[in-house]
This record gives sequence, structure tokens and C-alpha cells, in this order.
Amino acid sequence: MTDPATLAVDVAGLEFSYGDNTVVSMERCQLARGRSLAVIGASGCGKTTFLHLLAGLIRPAAGAIRVLGQDLTELSGTPLDRFRGRNIGLVFQRLHLLPALSVLENVLLAQRLAGGRIDAARVAALLEQLDLDGLEQHKPSMLSQGQAQRVAIARALVHGPELIMADEPTSALDDGHAEQALALLKTSAETVGAALLVVTHDQRVCGCLDGEFEMRVPA
Amino acid sequence: MTWLRLAVANLGLSPLTSAVNVLLMALGTASIVLLLLAGSQLSETMSRDARGIDLVLGATGSPVQLVLSAVYHADVPPGNVRLEEALRWADDPRVRTAIPLSLGDSYRGYRIVGTTADYAELYEAGLATGRFWDGTLEAVAGSAVAQSAGLGVGSSFAGAHGLEEGGHSHESDPYRIVGVLEPTGTVVDRLILTSLTSVWDLHAEETSHAHTAGSDHADDHDHDHDSNEAHKHDENHDHEAVAGQDQPDPDREITAMLIRYSSPMAAMTLSREVNSAGVLQAAAPAMEVSRILQLIGIGLDGLSAFSWVLILTAALSVFAALYGSLRARRGDLAILRCLGATRWELLVALLLEGLLLSVLGVTLGFLAGHGAMELLGAWLENTRGVAMTGWTWVPAQTLLLFGLFGVGAVAAAIPAVQAYRTDVARTLAEG
Repeated sequence: MTDPATLAVDVAGLEFSYGDNTVVSMERCQLARGRSLAVIGASGCGKTTFLHLLAGLIRPAAGAIRVLGQDLTELSGTPLDRFRGRNIGLVFQRLHLLPALSVLENVLLAQRLAGGRIDAARVAALLEQLDLDGLEQHKPSMLSQGQAQRVAIARALVHGPELIMADEPTSALDDGHAEQALALLKTSAETVGAALLVVTHDQRVCGCLDGEFEMRVPA
Repeated sequence: MTWLRLAVANLGLSPLTSAVNVLLMALGTASIVLLLLAGSQLSETMSRDARGIDLVLGATGSPVQLVLSAVYHADVPPGNVRLEEALRWADDPRVRTAIPLSLGDSYRGYRIVGTTADYAELYEAGLATGRFWDGTLEAVAGSAVAQSAGLGVGSSFAGAHGLEEGGHSHESDPYRIVGVLEPTGTVVDRLILTSLTSVWDLHAEETSHAHTAGSDHADDHDHDHDSNEAHKHDENHDHEAVAGQDQPDPDREITAMLIRYSSPMAAMTLSREVNSAGVLQAAAPAMEVSRILQLIGIGLDGLSAFSWVLILTAALSVFAALYGSLRARRGDLAILRCLGATRWELLVALLLEGLLLSVLGVTLGFLAGHGAMELLGAWLENTRGVAMTGWTWVPAQTLLLFGLFGVGAVAAAIPAVQAYRTDVARTLAEG
């Protein structure tokens, strides 16, 4: 048995269903702090639902979810929103950069919402690291797909979360860009010492990460 | 600050829609503000002009007409009355002052009022230059008249018959300006004052010219007597003194007599007695003013209702814009929640957008309303001599201001609740 304190994600006996339809049924899934994990499975096996459960966006019917030592089922409302904002960085397939704000403002907003102080130096360093310097004042609509994805990653990393989760970050990308995006996520997570969990049906992902967890459609 | 910045940025995303919403709000607000300012200043001006006049005596007819003609000089008088009849009431102990008015002529649309110096005193109109009239055909111009007709001490002009412009003029007997009054912001600014006898003489002569038959009316008054009468009123600022007491000929006619009671008790009886005697009519300006304002008020209420329809349209438009954008922004709202925003913050974000639109619109509307009132006031002052300004604040506006600020928030309420209820997981799962 692993020491709970060293785990970024610790799930046991998880059940989730829409009505009578069980969507997720999972004995156990663990991810150590600072490590990376690919959660794979065919479409419809509940991968995205699993990620939403881990992010505290939905509640399980049964089971325990501990994220960074915190039992998510104990939190609700504003404290849950704050916990998510502070400790988890999320990247989705659809990036949802706020179209009204500039690249810089999108990233600063994430930092502000995470409850941290505005740290302009950190934001500048991160943007440079992600090869986004010079694009600070651009609106998302002016960016290429790759640039936009890097902005989404910057937004997920800017507040220094200890757990980064990505939902199908590569599905829209060709091989070269998929590899690049994944490498970027991994090195970025390593740089800030965060655990990385990637949910995907994309087999290309598996080899790049530390571990792999296969989900099956519940019987 | 974060949410305010976001709200501003979001409104900037669809500048045309936002501008239209702001404009609608501004239009409705401006018209309400304009109506408020005009309405309140109108009643203020009307009561200022009627200050110190408890009762108007004049020919029988419509009391509103009598008050409009004798107090505001805005209507033709119902007719003339014999001075003798008016004097009977002026001598009544319940009357403190009685100021006779004789109308009939005008100059460039400004009325020439035959009266006594008491009339100027009623409006606390002191002389800016010159002196009050002494002899026949000497006149004192109100400040607005002097300015717009270019009259100064020493200039002379021929009065025209009738109260409107373009009447037959008394070219052979021009008036001479001997004084100009200080501006008072009252009706007296746009009047030309002269002695009763000047008006009488002018018309007596005219009558005699017209009939060519030998009428001795014109000679009834010798000039010594005229100046005598005027002198008495200039020098005896005795409020017990009743104008015309020393008038030699009570057969003369006047248009109206402005009465001030010696005690409030007089209000109970005097007007009723005058009216039941039947020869004259007595009208109380306070009552007639409120009747006029009530009539105007119905019109203002109609306009005001129309303005509120504009405001309602603006609110609906704000609602439609926010509600419509909600669908496109569901993903953004979900991502905000993922970044750590609470449900309440999303609610506030949407409310702020509505509030911003209305604050902008209302601010613009207030500026436009005051500006329009100022323009309207300048125009009214030039053409009608009614002093109104846009640079004033009516107490009701403060209430209006905050009420209208809230309109945007109310319009945003339903979209805001929708934002509050965003199902983050489902929205994200749907992509």
C-alpha cells in the first residue's frame, strides 16, 4: 500500500451512473505525485466522465476520490471551486480560450481565479518557455491551432498546480503536432513538479508517459 | 476588477449590439430626463410669475384665459372692464394692493402694459438703467425686450395695435424708453411697461381719429394729470395705496387688476363675492395654474409613458443580447468554473455586463437630456422669454438614476441565473 501523502490521485470503488446506466465503475486507480499517467480506452468507456469526477465537476454515486490528499466528496460549492482552481490545471480538447481577452489576459485571469497574486514575471517566463512571447496582446482568434493550444497549456500551468489533467489533447493533431503537444505537457508538468493525467483514446500517447491505465466499458 | 474587465471585453466582442443597446437606453433616459426638467421648471416658472398675486379681476369669461392673459401674458384677455368697477373692489379692506393692467398694444410681439410702478416692484424688478416713466408715452423695457429688440434709454418705438406682431402701428405717437429693468427671470422681462394714461391716450386718440367725429375723450386727460398719477405711485410706496385711487376718470377701462389680499382670510370670501356680483370675474392664479399644470401634466404623462416604453425596449434588447450570447459562451463559462470561478462569480459577471450597458446608456442619456434641455431653454428664452436651463438637478432624477442603473441588471437577471446554473461537466462533454 502506497503512502496516501505521496499520491496525486487515489480512487477506490468508484461508481458513477446516469440514471440506470453505469458509466464508470473502477476498483482502484492511483497516480503518484510528479508522475504521468495515460488513461486509455475506447470511446464511450467513461474516460471524460472519469476526468470530470477527478476535477470535482460531478459527484460519484459511490466510492472515494482523493486528489492531492483531499477527499473531494467532502467539498462542495465555493470551496470545491476554489480547490479546483488552486490545485488542478485542466486542458481540454476544445481549448475555450476566452475570445474577448488577449493571450496575456487569458493567462492572467487563470492566475487570478486560482486565488494567487498576479505574478507578471512568472507569466512572462511561462509564455517565453512555451514559445508564446510576442503574442501577448493577440486575441485567440489570431492564433494558429498550435499557438492556441500552448496558450491553453500556459493557462493550466500558470498558477503552479500539483495536478494537471488533459482530455484528448492530441486528437485533433497530426502525428508531429501530437507528439509535440504531449512532450510539451510532460516537460511542463515536470518543470513545475506536477503530476500529469492524460485521458485519451489515442494510442500514440501511451509510450510517452510513465504509466498507462486502461478503462473498460462497465458490464 | 477581473470581472469588470471581462465584462467590458465581452461587450467589446459585439460592439454593434452593445452600441445599439446603449443608444436605446440613452434615448429613453434622455427623454425622461428632459420631461422631468421641463415639467419641474415649467411649474416653477409659472408659480414664480404668479407670486404675490392672489386674485386677478377682469372681464367675465374663462378664468384660465384671464390668468393666462393678465399674469403670464400668454393669451388674449377676455375683454376690458371699467376702472370704476375694479376700483370698488380695490378699496375693499381685504385687499392690500391692487395693481391695474391695461393691455392692447405690443412691439415686436412684446406686450406693452399700462400699469403702475407697483407692477415692477411685484417682481422685484429694479432699474438697470434710467428711471421709471414720468409722462405720457414714456416706457420702461424689460431686460429680454431691451436685449432682443435693441431698446435702450432714449430709443423710441411705435407700438402696434394688438397683442401679436404685425398689427397696425401707432406711428404718430412713438413711445420713448426712459428705463430698462434688471433681468428677473419672470414674465416682466419680456414686457414693456408704461403708464395707464399712455395706453389710454393712445387709444382715445385713435378712437377719435377713427371716428373723425369730435370725441373729447383724448382731452379728458391733460398731461399734468398723467404725470401726477405716475408720480404718486413712484414716490408713495405705500401698500395701502390703491392704484387708481387718484384716477380722475373712473370711466376709463382696464384689462385686469392684480390683487393681493391683506389677510389669508380674504381668500374665503372675496373671490366669491366678486363673482356673484356678476360684473367682474375673479380668478385665483394658484388654482388656475394647478388646473393648467394638470392639463399639461396629462400630456407630459403621455410622453413619459412613451419614454418608459423606450426604456423597456432597451431592457428587452439587453436581455436578448445577453441571452443570445449565452449559448455561444457556455463553453467559456464552463472553463471559467474549471479555472476556479464560483457559480456566484459567473452570475456577477453576467449582471455586470447588463449593468455596464445601462450605466453607459443612462450616463449618456442624462448628458443628452440636460444638453437638450439647455438647448430648448435657450430657444425658449429667445423666442418666448421663458427662462429654462439644462444645468439644474431635480430631486426625482436621483431616484431615476439609480432606478435606471438597475434596469440593465434586471434585464441581465435571467441570463445571469442561466450562467449560475451552467452544468460544467455536461457542457465540456458536449464540446
